[in-house]
Amino acid sequence: MIPVENTGPLKSVLYVDAVTVSFDGFKALNGLSLMLEPGELRAVIGPNGAGKTTMMDVITGKVKPTEGKVFFKDTVDLTRYDEADIANMGIGRKFQKPTVLESLTVFENLELALSGNRGVWRSLFYKRNAAALQRIDDTLYAIRLQSRRDWLAGALSHGQKQWLEIGMLLIQEPDLMLIDEPAAGMTDEETALTAELLKRISGERTVVVVEHDMEFVKALDCSVTVLHEGRMLAEGSLEHVQQDDRVIEVYLGR
Amino acid sequence: MDNFKILSLLRGDRPGTITLALVIALCAIVPVLNLLVPPDSPFYLSSYTVTLLGKYLCFALLALAVDLIWGYCGILSLGHGAFFALGGYAMGMYLMRQIGDRGVYGNSDLPDFMVFLNWTELPWYWLGFDMFWFAMLMVAVVPGLLAFVFGYLAFRSRVTGVYFSIITQAMTYALMLAFFLNNAGFGGNNGLTDFKEIAGFSLQAESTRISLFVLSGAALVLGYIVCRYIISSKLGRVLVAVRDAESRTRFMGYRVEHYKLFVFVVSAVLAGIAGALYVPQVGIINPGEFSPINSIEIIIWVALGGRATLYGAIIGAFVVNYGKTYFTGAFPELWLFMLGALFVVSTLFFPKGLVGMVQQWQDSRANKRARAAVEGVA
Repeated sequence: MIPVENTGPLKSVLYVDAVTVSFDGFKALNGLSLMLEPGELRAVIGPNGAGKTTMMDVITGKVKPTEGKVFFKDTVDLTRYDEADIANMGIGRKFQKPTVLESLTVFENLELALSGNRGVWRSLFYKRNAAALQRIDDTLYAIRLQSRRDWLAGALSHGQKQWLEIGMLLIQEPDLMLIDEPAAGMTDEETALTAELLKRISGERTVVVVEHDMEFVKALDCSVTVLHEGRMLAEGSLEHVQQDDRVIEVYLGR
Repeated sequence: MDNFKILSLLRGDRPGTITLALVIALCAIVPVLNLLVPPDSPFYLSSYTVTLLGKYLCFALLALAVDLIWGYCGILSLGHGAFFALGGYAMGMYLMRQIGDRGVYGNSDLPDFMVFLNWTELPWYWLGFDMFWFAMLMVAVVPGLLAFVFGYLAFRSRVTGVYFSIITQAMTYALMLAFFLNNAGFGGNNGLTDFKEIAGFSLQAESTRISLFVLSGAALVLGYIVCRYIISSKLGRVLVAVRDAESRTRFMGYRVEHYKLFVFVVSAVLAGIAGALYVPQVGIINPGEFSPINSIEIIIWVALGGRATLYGAIIGAFVVNYGKTYFTGAFPELWLFMLGALFVVSTLFFPKGLVGMVQQWQDSRANKRARAAVEGVA
């Protein structure tokens, strides 16, 4: 584990500082800067190819930026670490496509995600304890899957898989959660429940939601960052950015 | 570990328990039929058959090792024959040193092939192999160490899938070429043979053959329990997670490469032990054991038996090798075609192997019975 030094109150949980990522000359991110305060819920929107997924990749260590730095809790430079290190520091990520472990049960999925030592020997001689069982049950309750505890994750509906994955993030108790299109493919009712769940989660932790669905973003009722061609185009409340001329141009065409 | 823990490991694994019971029964019956039944009785088992069954037991342990990494962690190693052969060579080197001055040249310090090459002293890597405990240690250490170094480099660079399979094939092929060299000091083309005794017991004696047979059975049972312990632990669920969604597992904070390396080394050590038990029974080890085709055959045993079940690997090893013994005797030129056809048919129609077929048949019978019961009520 990487020690995160805390001296005084945090100014930012995440500070993306002028990050550029180029793939063979194509700039997926072009000098992107972004700051997230502790406990904030932030929606990131933008047309396809705006760099939303690449931004997530850079934060979680999957892609190294060509230029720029990313700071976690003011001091830790994330560009120096890999995925497992970053996950263990307290940054969790939910992918666009729900990738739960289909051949394991809902319970086992949460158990693997449960924060704790991830070493080989610890896993080999791991014993379940009451505290861990309690945490898993609490999480099952939060994501409304108590009745599916012993189902194989592969047998869940699409929406339930999304929730399980959010639960797997939640149980890791991350300080920062990155959530990619949680409402994709959900029914209206599921979408509303998901928005409520995310609002409840933020506050204790910082949550970033990447989303296409404007109704969902409206339901989240939080500040919005608009990305376009690897840069930040606008930032503010949803009403504010919807009135921005450049945003209208990007979304509605010239 | 006390008995109760071992029993709880097997709970919920009925087919595995049955398979183990059959292996144990085999180890109990074969010595009786071979040693106590008179040779003219129809129940007599010849020494030839005992050796053959002993070979199958070693192959079953090897298949188990491959199923552990392929079935549960998705690592398709096409070079596991190399670990088997290295374990076999470590045993072979010990057996060579036991020959002493009973070789053709009567040289108590050097194996015959070294005398033939006009070597005057034992190479450093042969030192210590005259001691039984050291050789047995090397049976586990040499394959384990190779797997550790190879796996460390491959998994750290995130070499996966078919690329990993290809480099494991290259590894076993390279080792084969190296062991073919006379100057490598492993007997070249001819390998190591003409063994006399093991730990003071003559290899020609019936009782030694039977002991080796029973030891192979015991190794298989122990190997099964070790594998079963691994896959029932939380580590086993991490392995399945790696198999099904490797990058997801990484984002959960697991060091995937450490997990892969652990299970790869365990598997290589099991393969090495299988090889070490195989060599004294067949009486020879040569570079042919490194041949890439051997490693591919192991995959066929596991695929045919049924992946990710452990007991399926044991059954597959027995069935395919029995088929091989029978068909190479009856229709020698057809065996390779049959093996190929078997593989194609099993992957196309029975992707879960023989044990999957049995499972399907049982399920459909249960369904039929349930339906009949419902109709009976109506």
